[in-house]
Amino acid sequence: MKTRYSFGGDEHIFVEVDEEMSLEAFFKSLSMTTAVKESRIKGVTEICPANASFQIKFDPDVIAPDDMLAELKRLEGAADKAESSIKTRIVEIPVLYNDPWTHETLMRFRERHQDPKSTDIEYAARINNLDGVDGFVKAHSGAPWFVSMVGFVAGLPFLYQMVDRKRQIEVPKYLRPRTDTPKLTVGHGGCFGCIYSVRGAGGYQMFGITPMPIYDPKQEIKYLKDFMVFFRPGDIVKWKPIDRAEYDSAVADVEAGKFAPRMRDVTFSLDEFRRDIDGTNAKLMGVLYGN
Amino acid sequence: MAIKVINPGLSTTVQDLGRPGYYHLGIPLSGGMDRFALRAANLLVGNDEGAAVLEAVFMGPELQFASDAIVAVTGAELPPKVDGNVQPTWTAFKVKAGQTLGFDFLKSGARAYIAVQGGIDVPVVLGSRSTYTLGALGGHEGRKLAAGDALKVGGVAKAAKEGRSIPANLRRLPGNPAELRVVPGLYWHRITDAAGTGFFADTWKVAPEADRIGYRFKGGKPLEFVPRKQPFGAGSDPSNIVDACYPYGSIQVPGGTEPIVLHRDAVSGGGYFMVGTVISADMDLIGQLQPHTPAKFVKVDMKGALQARHDRQALLQKLRAAVN
Repeated sequence: MKTRYSFGGDEHIFVEVDEEMSLEAFFKSLSMTTAVKESRIKGVTEICPANASFQIKFDPDVIAPDDMLAELKRLEGAADKAESSIKTRIVEIPVLYNDPWTHETLMRFRERHQDPKSTDIEYAARINNLDGVDGFVKAHSGAPWFVSMVGFVAGLPFLYQMVDRKRQIEVPKYLRPRTDTPKLTVGHGGCFGCIYSVRGAGGYQMFGITPMPIYDPKQEIKYLKDFMVFFRPGDIVKWKPIDRAEYDSAVADVEAGKFAPRMRDVTFSLDEFRRDIDGTNAKLMGVLYGN
Repeated sequence: MAIKVINPGLSTTVQDLGRPGYYHLGIPLSGGMDRFALRAANLLVGNDEGAAVLEAVFMGPELQFASDAIVAVTGAELPPKVDGNVQPTWTAFKVKAGQTLGFDFLKSGARAYIAVQGGIDVPVVLGSRSTYTLGALGGHEGRKLAAGDALKVGGVAKAAKEGRSIPANLRRLPGNPAELRVVPGLYWHRITDAAGTGFFADTWKVAPEADRIGYRFKGGKPLEFVPRKQPFGAGSDPSNIVDACYPYGSIQVPGGTEPIVLHRDAVSGGGYFMVGTVISADMDLIGQLQPHTPAKFVKVDMKGALQARHDRQALLQKLRAAVN
């Protein structure tokens, strides 16, 4: 990992912790952004952590760009020594895989896909050597995922699969982005999963849909009353495959204001995870399901 | 007092100076694309510079006023009409109760700012009245105006004079070709030296896909990439990166073909490499570009960017002095 700094015009500094994605790069980016927050540097206006990089927006009338750069470089040394452990949440997200809405959408945009003859999920299963749709769902929902970035559009989480790199699902993005994606689509591009928080354009493969809203600008949904965006970097997600009847009942619960996500506080240690991936994941499931 | 929307125009939204502080969650700044013109409109009608105004794109709305009001229209040359009588732009004028404010055809520029004395009074969401339509957030019900909408106007804080005007030399509009100054960087190293030279030498044209999220440009030579093995997680196209944050004004070039400059409603991040960033002083100009307008990217260093920022602040000071 070699940190690279670059100015984004006169108001941003972009810091790439590593060219490639890894949880190590994410944790270093997160500890650096935490350090920036805590050092309360005058003139910093936005602190945006990303997967393996981050961005600081600053006011050059308050702090000169070179001084801002020097501050960040100073903080990098401290971040290297930081403990890779965070207090976070683990959340269960129900997913109706192979749902009719993403299916209808992907059929409309077939000519923009690498393999117009199969669906996104069939294609992803095949190129990842998984046993059809069922095998794909098992691999996708078997281990937890780590929220390594929130953004693109309001409240959209990028998710990183918590398994060995050789078992990580990887798919290309659509050849040309779609102009439409259903709200709450569970998607995937490169090594990242995502949940589309709003309806709109998108280039990720589409695998299913969740009934659980993750962005509510009106703040009417109970668990989004305090803040309209559900996800934060560092959250851990467990997908739960559901059938159509369960999906419909969850949607009815959301509408009636009765839906409450299954969610627990948890501490995640990167060192522990590196030593024993399956053991750490089993422990996380223990916290989530209380056994 | 209320304003009734008879005809909303093409895409008219409520905007102020924006909503900083939530970009890390994918909620962009929003606010007027041409902030200089937005400030000027507010100053003319005696508002705070950052009061909420209407931003109209290419076509003006038709608005019926329930009470007397002082109004000013700045930015694009979109001539306002009161009950059919043309009024000057960049000048405060009166609209009487019952009268209709309409607009003539667009003569130049792309976005007009319509300030009403007292400001457009919509709820403040996360610190701003700006509309972020993609996220259905802020403004009037999180969307562009529609026929039949009623807008409230805030209380008048300061007297405004009819006929007060901004001198022509303080009205900032892009040239032709438009020159957008760029600090190269971010993933500049991904393209070859020849591609980098071509990027600044070519004349580009604004593509039809140009909105508050970003402006797309066409017509320059495709950029050639420095070969590499794609890093894990980035995706297979040479223009792909591990999804990262996008600065405002950053220039991404998907597939190396058509540059997209992100603007006030920017997507906050994604998986395309960027060649650099348009400097803050030139962001306003982009908001005034019509599709098919020729444009050149002009290379500057940080010193040049800060000098341009300083010059723009000096112009803003002159603007403030001119209306006082």
